[in-house]
Amino acid sequence: MKIAVASGKGGTGKSMVAANLAFALAASGDVTLVDCDVEEPNLHLFFPATATTREVTVPVPSIDESLCDRCGECGKFCQYGALTVLPDRVLFFPELCHSCGGCTLVCPKRAIHEEPKRIGTLSASAPLRGIKLITGTLDAGVPLAVPIIREVKKEAWQDPLIIIDTAPGTSCPVVEALEGCDACILVTESTPFGLHDLKLAVDVTARLGIPAGVVINRSDGKDDETLQFCAERDLDVMMTIPFSREIAAIQNRGNLLCRARPEWQKDFCALYVKCQALAGVER
Amino acid sequence: MKVCITSQGATPDAGVEERFGRAPYFIIMDTETGSFVAISNPYAAGAGGVGPKAAQLVIDNKAGALVSGMLGGNAKAVLDAAGVTQYTCRPGMPVREAFEAFKNNTLQRSA
Repeated sequence: MKIAVASGKGGTGKSMVAANLAFALAASGDVTLVDCDVEEPNLHLFFPATATTREVTVPVPSIDESLCDRCGECGKFCQYGALTVLPDRVLFFPELCHSCGGCTLVCPKRAIHEEPKRIGTLSASAPLRGIKLITGTLDAGVPLAVPIIREVKKEAWQDPLIIIDTAPGTSCPVVEALEGCDACILVTESTPFGLHDLKLAVDVTARLGIPAGVVINRSDGKDDETLQFCAERDLDVMMTIPFSREIAAIQNRGNLLCRARPEWQKDFCALYVKCQALAGVER
Repeated sequence: MKVCITSQGATPDAGVEERFGRAPYFIIMDTETGSFVAISNPYAAGAGGVGPKAAQLVIDNKAGALVSGMLGGNAKAVLDAAGVTQYTCRPGMPVREAFEAFKNNTLQRSA
């Protein structure tokens, strides 16, 4: 079972929901929590632990100048402008390269081979009994979130129960994180922005064919518009978390709602049961 | 020598385009004969990396100088490496006038 937590709007409480869901479920079995918000991972703040970390790399071309005759085939092939062939040398712009490998294939002199280039890291830890946390972290200034997300998901993919925390928004990193998931929890809040971006996120999950349900976080009780939208789109509002200074204070101390107020555990377990229903899985 | 001028249209009467990689046309003019060739920019609507690709086009057409508006870092790196000097001029100035200004050496070098 693979559950993604997404939102559209940032700061609605994706990580809060993912962390508490994992904590509540860990009481009865193993959970793998995957932080796919690789540009700003934050689940490790809820689950501090010593992690083992390895580098994540992508292949980029390296040109053997002694074999290259500046024929220009690689530059013509590259759709991203990463290779420019001058009369006396070839210029490579690593930040434009998409690691497609095409240049190595089209080079008639076999003058290009691929070398690994670091783009970030993957960390794994076991912060609590029953919880494995896998975190992808993109290096500052690197524009390639997708290869790290792919690597992080691969690391977790064989585990029985996976909860994936995605980046905000609806762009490539979110699509990559969502792909292959059985159900998606869309976290929204009681603001016009929360609803606006929820609509965008719903369109994405629909296009990907992933069944989705909604969690309203920081609810001020005036959620008529959100509830109406959910009814129109046949989306189950699986959980509503009230706007509460107490919950905010628990979060701000780096604590988990389900640990500080254990009565919430049954609510998050109920959220899981609803996700199973979304995915069409019988317990 | 040949000079490449980014242009909004296909003739020297059109205005100079201030964008380099996404310019609609490149007009290559010959300072000795005064003749010109207009090249429709195949990268004008490209998704990314258009700067270096347009720079490659300038180099492949044997231009020794470029007159444009703004130039990105990657395009500039390619043109510098190939020894193509870069000049700026007021956007919208007719290409023909920019060409005369280039010949009279009154254009500013790009920063």
